[in-house]
Amino acid sequence: MAMTETDTSAQMPITAADGTPLKKKLAQALFRSRVRAVGLVLPLFAFVMASFVIPILALMWQGVYNNTFAEYTPNLTEKLSVWDGVSQPTEDMFAALVVDLKTTRKDKTIGRIATRVNQELPGSRSLFTSSARKVGKLKPPFAESVVKMDEKWGEIEIWQAMKLTSQSLTPGFYATALDGRYTVDEGFVSQVESRQIYVKLFWRTMLISGTVMLLCLLLGYPVAYLLATLPLRYSNLLMIMVLLPFWTSLLVRTTAWIAILQSQGVINDLLVWIGVASDESRFSLIYNMTGTIIAMTHILLPFMILPLYSVMKTIPPSYMRAARSLGATPTLAFIKVYMPQTVPGVGAGGLLVFILAIGYYITPALVGGQDGQLISNMIAYHMQKSLNWSLAAALGGILLAGVLLLYWAYDRIIGIDNMKLG
Amino acid sequence: MAKLPPYTSTGEYIWHYTYRFICGLIFLFLILPILIVLPLSFNVEPYFSFTPGMLSFDPEAFSLRWYEDILRNGMAAPDEPLSWAWFSDTWNNGQWMRAIRNSFFIGICATLLSTALGTLAAIGLSRSEMPYRRMIMSILISPMIVPLVITAAGMFFFYSRIQLSQTYIGVIMAHAVLGTPFVIITVTATLVGFDKSLVRAASSLGAGPITTFRRVQMPLIIPGVVSGGLFAFITSFDEVVAVLFLASPEQRTIPRQMWSGIREQISPTILAVATLLVILSVILLTVLELLRRRSERLRGITPG
Repeated sequence: MAMTETDTSAQMPITAADGTPLKKKLAQALFRSRVRAVGLVLPLFAFVMASFVIPILALMWQGVYNNTFAEYTPNLTEKLSVWDGVSQPTEDMFAALVVDLKTTRKDKTIGRIATRVNQELPGSRSLFTSSARKVGKLKPPFAESVVKMDEKWGEIEIWQAMKLTSQSLTPGFYATALDGRYTVDEGFVSQVESRQIYVKLFWRTMLISGTVMLLCLLLGYPVAYLLATLPLRYSNLLMIMVLLPFWTSLLVRTTAWIAILQSQGVINDLLVWIGVASDESRFSLIYNMTGTIIAMTHILLPFMILPLYSVMKTIPPSYMRAARSLGATPTLAFIKVYMPQTVPGVGAGGLLVFILAIGYYITPALVGGQDGQLISNMIAYHMQKSLNWSLAAALGGILLAGVLLLYWAYDRIIGIDNMKLG
Repeated sequence: MAKLPPYTSTGEYIWHYTYRFICGLIFLFLILPILIVLPLSFNVEPYFSFTPGMLSFDPEAFSLRWYEDILRNGMAAPDEPLSWAWFSDTWNNGQWMRAIRNSFFIGICATLLSTALGTLAAIGLSRSEMPYRRMIMSILISPMIVPLVITAAGMFFFYSRIQLSQTYIGVIMAHAVLGTPFVIITVTATLVGFDKSLVRAASSLGAGPITTFRRVQMPLIIPGVVSGGLFAFITSFDEVVAVLFLASPEQRTIPRQMWSGIREQISPTILAVATLLVILSVILLTVLELLRRRSERLRGITPG
């Protein structure tokens, strides 16, 4: 805008019909339309917050906060909080222990206390449950009578474990989830070799997801290219072959793979019939890592093909022809001219497949057997079987952090507005 | 198929057909597992594999017993003669029948909720005046990205605390949240091609915002809304993790019933159900394709 114009408008503001300055009127109109836009989004935003975001935040909170011990054994917690963690337990602490064991037995909460300490110091469960039964008859001084009842109470480890569990806000579960232990005197120490399972499982999850992603790329790229280069009436027909699996229930596809891959299944029967395998030595293609990878590749392949297709569709075929006319061989033209243009599609499809694969639960649980399990299956195990919910939350927290990082990268590189379905 | 130009070299010629062949194999990999459940579901034996009789097309080797089992399983008196009482028995007591009822009930409720909220939000998000658009969009899409186990575990704790776990409302809310990202994505995609001057034209001709929405905007975005709704429905219809964590036996859905079927007693009834589900997805896919064509026609793009 020219300087003179600004000057005149500053001296004599243009007004709307009702006399208000146009600038103010515009600001009002913009504000109104902004309120309207927010008003449209607000119901869903509130709904997603209430039924999705807050539950997940609450779950994450459980990963660092567990007040089972502090809630049911308040006396002992108070004494433990002032104890330094290395000196000999005092008579006060023993007395508090006796009082709390009595009440927890009466309230039937002793099981929860025992389970909670057992998570910190495996093998200590029975000490609590059996002591709670006998503790009623004990006479002071408790420091002697409790140890006499069960000499494990004289060991410093059990007191250290109780001190740790009495701290409700604890990094202990994250330490466990990373194959470590949080201790009173040494801080973080790493777990003995034979009990390191979670980090290995995280790596295996990454490995399987990476393999599935590469396989999807390997299988999806040629198909997407074919779909993008064929005339529409053929490609629309072939597209059905991609979309039908996409729309078919996950359970149906997993069931189908069980029917195909099991030892009495279609593939093994076929191989025996041809004579590649004998009837006794059928291949074990399912209930192991192979089964998980095959089934997951099949299930996630459409998520690779669709973004690749939508990118390849926009590449003008004349570029390849130009490269050929300039003397490039078909292979060179494809590698140097075509492939670089498909990188956004490869990125979009690859990231999407990897993100979805890393959190997979159903398929590994049904066809994974022992070594085809992913981290999600471990989370579900701690949620439903071992009932160590805080550990499940900690494992979930690490997984969620990884997924959100990838999601952020996806949004940065591709942009979630560009996500296309079907 | 397009004819190869006459200057094609022998090498290219071979490569062209090898490439087609490889693509054919990949398409087989995609489609065959789905087709293979169809014949297996007519197996007369309680196995998941082809019997010699089936391979020689012996009519004796095929039966509809597993389809009957869908109706009979869990009935109080399955061997009564066919009558009104028999049907009411299977409707009320059949395990699979209850799962089918639940799946449709939960699916439809969740779809209505997520389509209504998702469409409004997508319209709001497509306006340039929307503040923090990108951040809000990524929060609203995140239910699709966050691993289902984490979502389900979080909901399990939170909904238990507010007495919503093991209720229909809890499952419906969970499924609605999981379905909204699909509605937002499809409706946003339709709105990208939406000509905003149409709205201005409508208002200049005297239509209020509601009339404009109802008479101008809605007819144009309806294909996107319906296909988003279909996505939301299939998401709910196919969802099992949230059901595993949140539902009581009373709210068992089809996938949940299949899940325990696969884990506990493998019977070809699952294959019969799978076949029915494949047919359902074919129907949904057809509807979606018709919608896509309608949408293209409305915008004046002719299918090639």
